[in-house]
Amino acid sequence: MKKKKIVNPPAWATRFLHWYCRPELFEDLQGDLNEFFERNLRTKAAFIARIIYIIDVIKFLRSYTIRKPSFNNPFIRKVMLGNYIKTSARVIMRSKLFSGINIVGLAISMSVGMLIIALVSDLYSYDSSLKNRERIFRITTIDEYAGQPNRELASTSWKAGELVKQKVPGIESMTILRREFRGDAKIGDLVIPVTGLYADENFFDVFSFPLLNGIAGTALKEPHSLVLTETTAKKLFGSQEVIGRVVKFDSTNYIVTGLMKDIPKLSHISFEMLVSLSSIDTKKPEWDGGYLDWTNIYSNYVYMLFSKNTDPKSVITALNKLDNDENASLKNRKILLSIQALKTIPVGKPKGNEIGNVMSSVAVITMAALAFVIIISACFNYTNLSIARSLRRSREVGIRKVIGAVRSQVIGQFIAESVIISLCALFFAFFIFLLLRVQFLSFHPEVEKLFSLELSPKLISYFILLAIVVGAIAGFLPALFYSKINAVQVLKDASSIKVFKHVSLRKALIIIQYTFSLIFITATVIGYDQYKGFLRFDLGFTTENVLNIRLQGNKDDVFVKELSALPAVKGISKSLMVSSIGSIYGGTVKYNDPLDSSNVELNTIDEHYLPLHNYKLLAGRNFTAKPRNSPETEVLVNEQMIRRFNIGHNNPEKAIGQIINIENKKLMIIGVLKDFHYGTLENKIDPVAFEYSPEPDGYINAKIETGNMSAVLTSIGAIWKKIDKVHPIDAKFYDDQIEEAYSQFSVILKIIGFFAFLAICISSLGMFGMVIYTMEKRLKEMSIRKVLGASEGMLMYLLSKSFLALLLIATLIALPLTWLFFDKVVLARFAYHRPIAFGEIFIGLLVVAAISFVMIGIQTLKIVRANPARVLKNE
Amino acid sequence: MKGTHLGEFEELVLLSIASLVNEAYSVAICDELSKHARRSVKLGVVHAVLNRLEEKGLVKSELGEATATRGGKRKRFYFLTGAGKASLVRTKEIRDQLWQKIPKLILKLR
Repeated sequence: MKKKKIVNPPAWATRFLHWYCRPELFEDLQGDLNEFFERNLRTKAAFIARIIYIIDVIKFLRSYTIRKPSFNNPFIRKVMLGNYIKTSARVIMRSKLFSGINIVGLAISMSVGMLIIALVSDLYSYDSSLKNRERIFRITTIDEYAGQPNRELASTSWKAGELVKQKVPGIESMTILRREFRGDAKIGDLVIPVTGLYADENFFDVFSFPLLNGIAGTALKEPHSLVLTETTAKKLFGSQEVIGRVVKFDSTNYIVTGLMKDIPKLSHISFEMLVSLSSIDTKKPEWDGGYLDWTNIYSNYVYMLFSKNTDPKSVITALNKLDNDENASLKNRKILLSIQALKTIPVGKPKGNEIGNVMSSVAVITMAALAFVIIISACFNYTNLSIARSLRRSREVGIRKVIGAVRSQVIGQFIAESVIISLCALFFAFFIFLLLRVQFLSFHPEVEKLFSLELSPKLISYFILLAIVVGAIAGFLPALFYSKINAVQVLKDASSIKVFKHVSLRKALIIIQYTFSLIFITATVIGYDQYKGFLRFDLGFTTENVLNIRLQGNKDDVFVKELSALPAVKGISKSLMVSSIGSIYGGTVKYNDPLDSSNVELNTIDEHYLPLHNYKLLAGRNFTAKPRNSPETEVLVNEQMIRRFNIGHNNPEKAIGQIINIENKKLMIIGVLKDFHYGTLENKIDPVAFEYSPEPDGYINAKIETGNMSAVLTSIGAIWKKIDKVHPIDAKFYDDQIEEAYSQFSVILKIIGFFAFLAICISSLGMFGMVIYTMEKRLKEMSIRKVLGASEGMLMYLLSKSFLALLLIATLIALPLTWLFFDKVVLARFAYHRPIAFGEIFIGLLVVAAISFVMIGIQTLKIVRANPARVLKNE
Repeated sequence: MKGTHLGEFEELVLLSIASLVNEAYSVAICDELSKHARRSVKLGVVHAVLNRLEEKGLVKSELGEATATRGGKRKRFYFLTGAGKASLVRTKEIRDQLWQKIPKLILKLR
């Protein structure tokens, strides 16, 4: 007899039927389907029968067969919710350790999450006070030079603004702004430096900043008109009655025509005052070309208010046409206009020439990701500890099930419990958030400018939402676990359920937590060491106790004379700029071959500069003092320079006396300097040349004796006051300037360090809880072992080895990852850096291991020392 | 108004339930209809109609005993209720009355 293979209808289709079908209809329907299936099998191929079965299942999906959602009985839901809250409260009160660990962990992690939410919400509420915020767009520019990377600019050309005015349809109003109005305002005898923004008369049509006094439409129409903000009005006149008053800049009189409210803090533009754009005489050439040149794209901003029905795409098309027309006359270069919505300005990739402060979206996303890791880590704690205590809870669940709770209700109960815990945590998190907020805002001056982090009902509702989501995530796995419990089995013998069935899951969660903790802390340690390395790096010259004072356009002779009279000032030199702190001043250099030119970094110094900073000369001599206005003839170069142009066959001695051409000046090399760092450590050492001037008009470098620094600084300040009454002194120690140049790294380090601290706190809390629960469970086992003669050391080893194994695995994952990350990603950016010290990697591990050893040690000791007689008596 | 009007297909289903006596369950009804009406009758449609008839109170149903066929699932047998019978009779009466009014000549098929 041929054995017939049994063909069954597709199981998933049956499951689908079971899922949607009303229970009372299900049996009948499925029976019918089965009958037809069998019938079809006899006449048709198996796969056709199966297809018919599937089609029939789908065809049965009718209004009368679909089951009604079972939870829509509001009365029962309400009653049960009350019950959930009550039982949850009892559970929280009963197991204080469990609740404590979770509430503390969740509170810490959520406070960070709240901070991120507040940050993001701040970024999205930028300029929200403006009436037509949704319809305001600005023109952005992409500058394409052949052979150079494209540059994206927030600024554009004045001409683009004028062209848009004429040629682009669908624009209700538009305004052209120009930055860099700077000057000393003279009001009678008073001189006060202020900065402002040029704007044309349509400014207030586009931006609905409220005017307190003056006529919005005409305030900026006439040349030499000013609109002041309240603060500026107070600063200049000390009162609000400013309309019609005169302010003198250089020799021109400006008339105040408007007074406006201060710009809100959360605005992407900020200014002290507005100057009418018509004040600029466009016929005069500007230093970088004509004002109205298509290529003059660096200082002007164009904002447009679209008409209600304007499609941004149509504007882009019109702009593309403009580009094509205008770029036709350019060689090797293209200037492309685009638009950006006002509300997207504060977040995103910062462009060049931003008009105000912009937060990089990468930074926000990174912080959000770190906060997410911390929150998830706290959720893991909850999950782990909940499952670990299942022995206590499972009987309760069993009884619930016997009484008639369905699976979804058990899930509901456990999720409600975790949400309640997380709401409790929210309460504490809120206070931590208030503390964090103060810390965060004072963290870096830039941060204070960007964020206000003020509480609002909307923000609070986000916080509550966060707590609910966090609670749901934390409670999800335990809820699934408990809802699967078999009631009969649990009630018969609670110990029979396999609590440790989920051991691998829990171990995995602990390993993930510890891996993150280790990565964070190791990154902090390595990063800190590297950062210190940058600050102490041997730059090739000394910067110690050198005070750089910016001259701000003042003559230096009187100032230098008075300075040198101070006994604490050891030496004084002058330079055009301060190198090694990131700013670069360059020029074109040629040697013998007129076709071979190179961009070279330059500085202009006097004869005292080299000895003051201890530069090392490989050959030749330093500059000698020369009278003012004597022609420039000499130059000092570094090793890279003679290597670059192969001057004197790379021999410093032979390079002396050679003539090089710097910016069309023929200068003789009189000395070759040992290579030093002109840029930051991110850049390779490039060719550098020092030119000579008896007064380079940039900075005074004063070497100051160690001792009473603040007294010296005060007397220098007093001298400054004598020569410049208007501008405050700008004096900084060289070492501080270098630290500033790397300040972004210190900011990043502080943030990562903070997260490392949180991660360790939270994972330690979790480990602590796990250790306690495990110990409780093994108390009897240990007692029996002890009775049978196991030594204390043996027992300690037995108890702690599984935890230490987890730590070891986390170490094996985290440390190589961190090392690779630093070696290949972070430090690859720097041309010069210290190698990662082998020991550094293990400092973090040491800290984490020490904390865990102490925790595990204390608990195991407690158990090991317990009196076995007392423990075993209770059986 | 629900319950008074009987659609054509509903009438056919009712009739087949009556004719199948104690063996009227969905598949059998389906087969019966296919046989007599000479049109393909879909199971889903029959189910929908049975459901509606039951809602109208014209039929009642109960589950039978489990058998080895149908994957061990029980059959749901349908019976006419009093109202069902009444509405069938009433429909027939209306038709008969109309039939009688038709002169014989007209319906002679040639």
